[in-house]
Amino acid sequence: MHSFAYRANALLTFSLTVLALMCAMASVSDNFNSPSPTSQVQVLNINWFQKKPDGDDEVSLTLNISANLQSLFTWNTKQVFVFLEAEYETPKNALNQVSLWDGIIPSKEYAIFGIHTANKYRFIDQGSNLRGKDFNLTLHWHVMPKTGKMSADKIVMTGFKLPDVYR
Amino acid sequence: MDWQGQKLSEQLMQIMLVAFGIIGFITGYALGSFQTMLYVYAAGVVITSLITIPDWPFFNRHPLNWLDASEVEKHPKPQNTNATSKKKASKK
Repeated sequence: MHSFAYRANALLTFSLTVLALMCAMASVSDNFNSPSPTSQVQVLNINWFQKKPDGDDEVSLTLNISANLQSLFTWNTKQVFVFLEAEYETPKNALNQVSLWDGIIPSKEYAIFGIHTANKYRFIDQGSNLRGKDFNLTLHWHVMPKTGKMSADKIVMTGFKLPDVYR
Repeated sequence: MDWQGQKLSEQLMQIMLVAFGIIGFITGYALGSFQTMLYVYAAGVVITSLITIPDWPFFNRHPLNWLDASEVEKHPKPQNTNATSKKKASKK
């Protein structure tokens, strides 16, 4: 440690190593959080239900999405990305997932929300299979940490059905 | 800095940085603020660098006894003039 520059360099590199260890500990501390999120979705109205000229079905819905995702937030959470998907089965595909709405929750204060909206993204099928179709609405979320690994989970809400004829 | 001082400086630097890391983590975790942890740690890094990098007097408590100038003249360094001049001649 025989010169100013040598000591400065040693301090700088060691301080960064300690910082990396602190961030790793912060990431591990997230595992002690046991979240208990809740959510509810209602389809208030089927605005229209048509077959497009190219042959694919399209639906427009008005939804009421409410959720309490506060327990997902820890001191190491940067934001939570949440999105709503319609899931159903067709003869061609075992699972179809169509994203209807998404949003970013920047902090715990915004994690209790209720939103009354038309679907943000178009609900279009690959083909013409939606008449009388039973589908689930699943709320997915991705918890993005400040340091460490992203985690994701979901709540599945069943019991939704599309009309048998076009409107 | 003398040798003991260098050792002290290195030990102090490592211990202080680890200590501020732990203090920062506990403070941030208790307050639920990642930013607090980073600020406490950054302050710790600055304090540590102010104590361990400059050549403070307390790092010089065990100075080395270099040979006095008057002693050097009494004990001249042995000279090998014949051997060195022979080597130079052969290189030419």
